[in-house]
Amino acid sequence: MPNLEHPAYPAADLLRLESLVPCRESQVSMLLSIFGERQQFSFPSIFIYGHTSSGKTYVMQTLLTTLQLPHVFVNCVEYFTSRLLLEEILLQLQSCSSGTEQSSPVHCDTLNDFVRLFKQAVTSQELQDQTLYIVLDRAEQLREMEANILPAFLRLQELTDRNVTVILLSEIVWELFRPNVGCFEPFTMYFPDYSIGHLQKILSQNHPPEYSADFYAAYINILLGVFYMVCRDLKELRHLAALNFAKYCEPVVSGEANERDTRKLWKNIEPHLKKAMQTVYLREISSSQWERLQHDGGEPGQLKGLSAHTHVELPYYSKFLLIAAYLASYNPVRTDKRFFLKHHGKIRKTNFMKKHEKTSNHLLGPKPFPLDRLLAILYSIVDNRVAPTANIFSQVSVYLLFYLLLVSG
Amino acid sequence: GCFVFKPRTKKRRLSEKTAHDFGSTSENSEDIELRFVTCQSLWNQIKSETEQIQEDLNKQLLDNLVSFLSRSHSDFQEKTTEWTCRMKFREIPTAALVLGVNVTDHDLTFRGLSDVLQDNVTPYVALLEAKDCPGIKHLMQKLMGQLMNCDIVVDSLEDEDCVQASQNKIRCSMPSLISWYESVTKKTDSETPRKKRNSSSRHWQSPPVVVIFKDMESFTTKVLQDFIVISSQHIHELPLVLIFGIATSPMIIHRLLPHSVSSLLCIELFQSLSCKEHLATIIDKLLLTTRFPFKLGEKVLQVLINIFLYHDFSVQNFIKGFQLCIVEHFFSQPLSVLCCHLVDIKKRVYSLSNDQCENIRRLPSFRSYVEKQESGKQIELLTNDSFLKEETEKLLEDLHVYHENYVSILRCLHVFTSSLPKYPLGKQIRELHCACLENRVWETEEYESSLQLARMLNKTDLVTMLQQCVEILMSSSGKKFDKTVGKLKEFLTQFQNLEEASQERDVSVSSQKELQKKTDLYHLQKTLLEMKESRRSKKLTKFEMLRFEVVDYIDTLVRKYLVPADNRTLHEILYFNTATILRGHLNAAPRTALHTALNNPHWYLKNQALKCDGGGISNKAPDICIVYKLHLECGRLINLVDWLEAFSTVVMAAEEPNGDAVSSDQVDDVIHARFIRAVSELELLGFIKPSKQKTDHVARLTWGGC
Repeated sequence: MPNLEHPAYPAADLLRLESLVPCRESQVSMLLSIFGERQQFSFPSIFIYGHTSSGKTYVMQTLLTTLQLPHVFVNCVEYFTSRLLLEEILLQLQSCSSGTEQSSPVHCDTLNDFVRLFKQAVTSQELQDQTLYIVLDRAEQLREMEANILPAFLRLQELTDRNVTVILLSEIVWELFRPNVGCFEPFTMYFPDYSIGHLQKILSQNHPPEYSADFYAAYINILLGVFYMVCRDLKELRHLAALNFAKYCEPVVSGEANERDTRKLWKNIEPHLKKAMQTVYLREISSSQWERLQHDGGEPGQLKGLSAHTHVELPYYSKFLLIAAYLASYNPVRTDKRFFLKHHGKIRKTNFMKKHEKTSNHLLGPKPFPLDRLLAILYSIVDNRVAPTANIFSQVSVYLLFYLLLVSG
Repeated sequence: GCFVFKPRTKKRRLSEKTAHDFGSTSENSEDIELRFVTCQSLWNQIKSETEQIQEDLNKQLLDNLVSFLSRSHSDFQEKTTEWTCRMKFREIPTAALVLGVNVTDHDLTFRGLSDVLQDNVTPYVALLEAKDCPGIKHLMQKLMGQLMNCDIVVDSLEDEDCVQASQNKIRCSMPSLISWYESVTKKTDSETPRKKRNSSSRHWQSPPVVVIFKDMESFTTKVLQDFIVISSQHIHELPLVLIFGIATSPMIIHRLLPHSVSSLLCIELFQSLSCKEHLATIIDKLLLTTRFPFKLGEKVLQVLINIFLYHDFSVQNFIKGFQLCIVEHFFSQPLSVLCCHLVDIKKRVYSLSNDQCENIRRLPSFRSYVEKQESGKQIELLTNDSFLKEETEKLLEDLHVYHENYVSILRCLHVFTSSLPKYPLGKQIRELHCACLENRVWETEEYESSLQLARMLNKTDLVTMLQQCVEILMSSSGKKFDKTVGKLKEFLTQFQNLEEASQERDVSVSSQKELQKKTDLYHLQKTLLEMKESRRSKKLTKFEMLRFEVVDYIDTLVRKYLVPADNRTLHEILYFNTATILRGHLNAAPRTALHTALNNPHWYLKNQALKCDGGGISNKAPDICIVYKLHLECGRLINLVDWLEAFSTVVMAAEEPNGDAVSSDQVDDVIHARFIRAVSELELLGFIKPSKQKTDHVARLTWGGC
């Protein structure tokens, strides 16, 4: 285990940081060495990527706050237009440097304005002698904004001529970001997934105060045994751990087993966790419902999940309309005459089906069809005579709304 | 192709429909004002009744939702320090509200829902529709607009200018929403004690912000995902609750949202009442009641129910159709002035004018009634107005009484038929009602078979049914059923006695069996055969006798009271039965109408010159009709040049007598222009569209007229 060491920062802070970011020490020390000392210029832009909940956001946030580095932290999903994003950065800059809450409204429409206002903001405060970090979380959203935003952020240091470093966090690789025309290449860094050992370590860290760490670690071990196959999301696992812990403790609370009786506890919790995997984890039933079930001691079978309610009650003609749409989308047009006409004449069996049609149409997916064909099939499959009334046409538009049918072309 | 999009409900026009509009036609203008007033008051009664029904039916659902909302954020506030709460990921409480495919009814439900929420839970309710939110930006704008507006409503007196100033230029982002929320909740805390008491009694300390997505299916995935991701990051500062209105099935949530997003939600499912049950209640409360003098005839009811079951499942449309029936009835039937409550009848009958009396005499049902009378009375009825009025009053009273009895007996019969296997007369009371209105129900095969089945009911069922019938008859207002109730009660006591008797007999039978126990096999066989023989030829048991009696009695009741309304004298006054008008209004066929108009313009224009014989194309028809008829003869692709030639030939046919077959270029230009206009009109109507395959061709979009 490499201990974090850096001459520029006090050892106590570094120690605290190390305890806060378990299993990410190597990445943190790498970052620290890139950052250098407070007043030193750092690399203009750093691109950090890794899977969901591999600790990107958390590590950056803890690192910057523990070491009290001046920083701006923005989520790009939340600020969905470039204007909102730039204004938010400026706003945070104002409040973080001056410390007062007198954030006056800023108006910043273009990047040019941003650079100007940014320079003003930085000079007005005593930030010149420190590196300012701008962290853009969910940076993949930047690609959807104006074309100049991403390249400009990558070389913000050069554009503003200030001591600033932009850190981009994303779940996808840098290759998918690179614009066609090329741009400044950021320093890329990969946060690998947590291994099962890491997960175990991190999850066991926060044990409830009433129970010992060992007891909780054993519980986490069982939990990971069940869920590791389907879910490596730390956030989700932590949530599940908290949800099911009460059930795990039940024998201990009632006095049937003591804390060391792992086998008994395992027998008690394992089927329960498996059920949780099929229900709560998939959000078939909500976690609050799950908790209530646990509390009342009921069986999860009583509560039907979301997928259980697949039955949709439809009016008479609507059913036929959907059937007709199904037929129209999977049958080739040529077969209509044969299937839906009473006296369709004889068809030679041998070459009726062309070769390529022998493969199942279901593998190829539904095909578009004209509206008239849909209605013609509808009229022929409904037993009694159907008048082509406005009500039937309006049904079609209703199903367009429900995404049961789609307009093509 | 032809799509029909239902128009959105526009702002209610303040049309002061007056009695003058109501009876603009001169032929049936008697008592117009009175008719109009009666119609209005009747409709208002019915409207308030339906609203009440709707409210009652939704109560359960709304109560559940309110308790869900109260649970959603309160338990978090109580124990923030607890370990589990700290560890648990904070999900957004979400209610998935499954409402069924009847989209037209949803508006009313949502309106009721937001009213209830605003009264009981929180003033901050936002209703979002998919068509307003194509992007996350629009969604936020809409959301903030609605939330801040509702704030203005709450405390409009205090600081209107401040809010308005901030509204001018507001940043549509979550932080501004949060700061708004903080300021608002802080304000309510520091309010004057009087106001605080007021508000805190209705809302909680920090009321949740409820966002309702009216039509979940129509939202784009990206908008929903982004919104959920954003708001989940601020759930600690802003107690948000989402409500998804779902028309199809809750599976749609999984289809729209990936697991990474749906894991941010804490979804609970709520199901609204099925629309069929809703309709059953509406029919029960509106039609099978004596409260309203106006009644629907069989055909009309059938049309309304068919539209409901076959097309849209919409209760609102059913009620709208019912309203149309009322208006149409009062508008077209001059005698509908007598369609009022019993108390008013006498006054209205005696104030009838001479013309109205003639109207009565013209009613078919009255004429057949007259024919059945003796000659002296016939003359009196046809000549003496005051005698006629007396008679009319009596007949109308009879009609009211008839309906009252009809409803009670119908319910009794329904008790029997609804528990029979396979439901020969229908499961729902509406089916039975239609069958009874249609013709004499006791002459139908279904009735025959259901009586057969009723004769095979077991005793417990029969007794409970009889008890139900007694209850129904007792609760009906009339006193005419005293005798019937007495008779039914008598049956019940007989059944009671039977039970005691059979118990005694059981004992004797079992003792008899014990005697036989010791016989050998041969004897046993013999006795068994004997017993079988005796059973076959045995006379009916007492119970079976009684059962026959009961069924026969029910049969006599049905024959006596469930006479179809058409057979009653003066039924035209209370029953609306012109189904064709209703069908034309409610179940229009635009495509057929269009085809008729274009194919046979005489149908609508009523111009003698246009009257064409056979399939020929008249050149006097409007240009578009000529073009349409010509295009019917073409295949999928139409050559524009050929089409133009054919068109000009048809048009020129008129000028042929003039001599010049080869006309000058100027005329050709005019015809060309007319042709182009007609073709573009056809394109506008959706019959053709320009084709990309061949530039000088257009593609047909329809196959001939249907």
